Amino acid sequence: MNSLANNLSEQFSEATYVDSHGQDVFYVTKESYKSIVQFLKDKCDVNMCIDVTAADFLTANQREQISGVEQTRFHLVSNFISHKRNERIRLIVPIDEHDTTVDTISDIFPGANFAEREVYDMFGIVFTGHNDMTRILMPDEWEGFPLRKDDPAARIPVNFSDDIARAGEK
Amino acid sequence: MSLEIENDNDELINERLISQTDEGEQKLAHREIIMTGGLWPEDVTDETMVVNMGPQHPSTHGVLRLMAELNGEIVLDAKPIIGYLHTGMEKTGEELTYVQGCTNVTRMDYASPLSNELVFSLAVENLLGIEVPTRATWARMMLVELNRISSHLLFQATNGMDIGAVSMMIYGWREREEVLRLLEKITGLRMNHNFIRVGGIAADLHDGWKKDVLEICDIVEKGVIQYNNLLTDNPIFKERMIGVGVISSDQAIALSATGPILRSTGYAWDLRKEQPYLAYDQVDFDVITTPNGDVFDRYRIRLYEILESIKIVRQCVEQMPKGDYRVQDKKVTPPPRSRIDESMEALIHHFKLFTEGFKVPAGETYVAVESPRGEIGCYLVADGESKPLRMHVRGPSFYNLQSMVPMMKNRYFADAVAVISSVDPIMGEVDR
Repeated sequence: MNSLANNLSEQFSEATYVDSHGQDVFYVTKESYKSIVQFLKDKCDVNMCIDVTAADFLTANQREQISGVEQTRFHLVSNFISHKRNERIRLIVPIDEHDTTVDTISDIFPGANFAEREVYDMFGIVFTGHNDMTRILMPDEWEGFPLRKDDPAARIPVNFSDDIARAGEK
Repeated sequence: MSLEIENDNDELINERLISQTDEGEQKLAHREIIMTGGLWPEDVTDETMVVNMGPQHPSTHGVLRLMAELNGEIVLDAKPIIGYLHTGMEKTGEELTYVQGCTNVTRMDYASPLSNELVFSLAVENLLGIEVPTRATWARMMLVELNRISSHLLFQATNGMDIGAVSMMIYGWREREEVLRLLEKITGLRMNHNFIRVGGIAADLHDGWKKDVLEICDIVEKGVIQYNNLLTDNPIFKERMIGVGVISSDQAIALSATGPILRSTGYAWDLRKEQPYLAYDQVDFDVITTPNGDVFDRYRIRLYEILESIKIVRQCVEQMPKGDYRVQDKKVTPPPRSRIDESMEALIHHFKLFTEGFKVPAGETYVAVESPRGEIGCYLVADGESKPLRMHVRGPSFYNLQSMVPMMKNRYFADAVAVISSVDPIMGEVDR
């Protein structure tokens, strides 16, 4: 457990600490997520949000059982770094399938802006308070969220102009 | 100044405007533009114009599209629009086994494919809990540094051309070609090598590699000295770049920018030094920083980083340990070809490995390394199967693009090209 993790667990006792392959990970609730990020920035010298991403566990064959953490479909995963202490920390927010909204952290770390848009684009997790909650990689009119497990690859068949011409002949 | 457009029906002029083409006579619409002199009207500041640039613009290094709000020539606001190269590589990564995964990630940042392979392999090895032999570690380090050289040479070439030093394109390409030729000799391919694999590297270094590598170091070093003479003290080049696209350390950190962009602001942060992976703690090299954070500094940083990489490569040649180049774990590494003819077990292992792949215990991990563009990370979630449940790559260019906006604001639109070039985004990695 590094000093960041120590500070965090002292302040927020409800956050569940997990040592994941030598990395410090906290499972935090949706409600406390933003305040924890604010705390990390203000009190723990965390100065950069490295990455925000998500994972869909719909088809997971096997999952790690962590006591005190409910097994939801989505995990929102954000990585932070403190340059001063030279330490990393990862927050994981379990997100329920039926309520995919979570507070944005792009006002605390502006660098998370693009990343949150990507998570919205790919998983349909909506960040409340984000200043530009639009699709980033997919076309604006796209339906569905590509990285969800129930959105299979090659769902939309590709029409080659050759096929269309042949269909016209028939 | 007022602008008047008048339609003149003068037949003589109309006749003059008929042009003869292959398709017969083409009548051109006649418009005469009369411009009268005078001062700019004062209310021109109220009018802004939104200009689109790209995605097919030659200076955008691929398919970056930029929307810029202009007041005259000044950029008030800019917004990078991405996704034109989105091919769903993260989704593809979930369909491929861990053995096949490297072929996928290597195509993300196509200018430095070995960094991508390295970060993916390190992530899988972290989940599996295996340790690779020291020779593999050092060989990986040498290859990644060679790749950093070729990537920075690509930057020197394209940056020179974007700024207006067109001959730089030829010189940069000349040295890069030599590096790629060496990488081809070692890995078999010029790009998208799929050479760094889970458990080590795909093959041992070829006979006489030391001589080849040292030769390349000399060639590149000579080239860098040439570029330095040609560009660094060139008054036209400096005039174009100094003070353009300035970003501060605080801004860069807030916008999650890493790599040369962050270091160009005088902030010494290099994962190779701060959180050493591979054997970077056993080699001697310096982290280059420059104080100003402008386009010129980002050019200088990448130029001098080539020299540091050469330093590391030379030490790798000197200190390359002997031994195995991949881990001898039957579940991860395919058996040697000769064993397949002799041993039933080896055949089974080989078959299982290339059809089903190996299974990785459930868990999640994030591994980061320093690519030529900044921190590249791989977030991997395994569910006990032979394919990852989630494979996410944190592309440094994706985050670095955000730092482009403060660089461009309140500067001339003509500087936007210099700024895009200095950020050096690789769109394959941005859109994945």
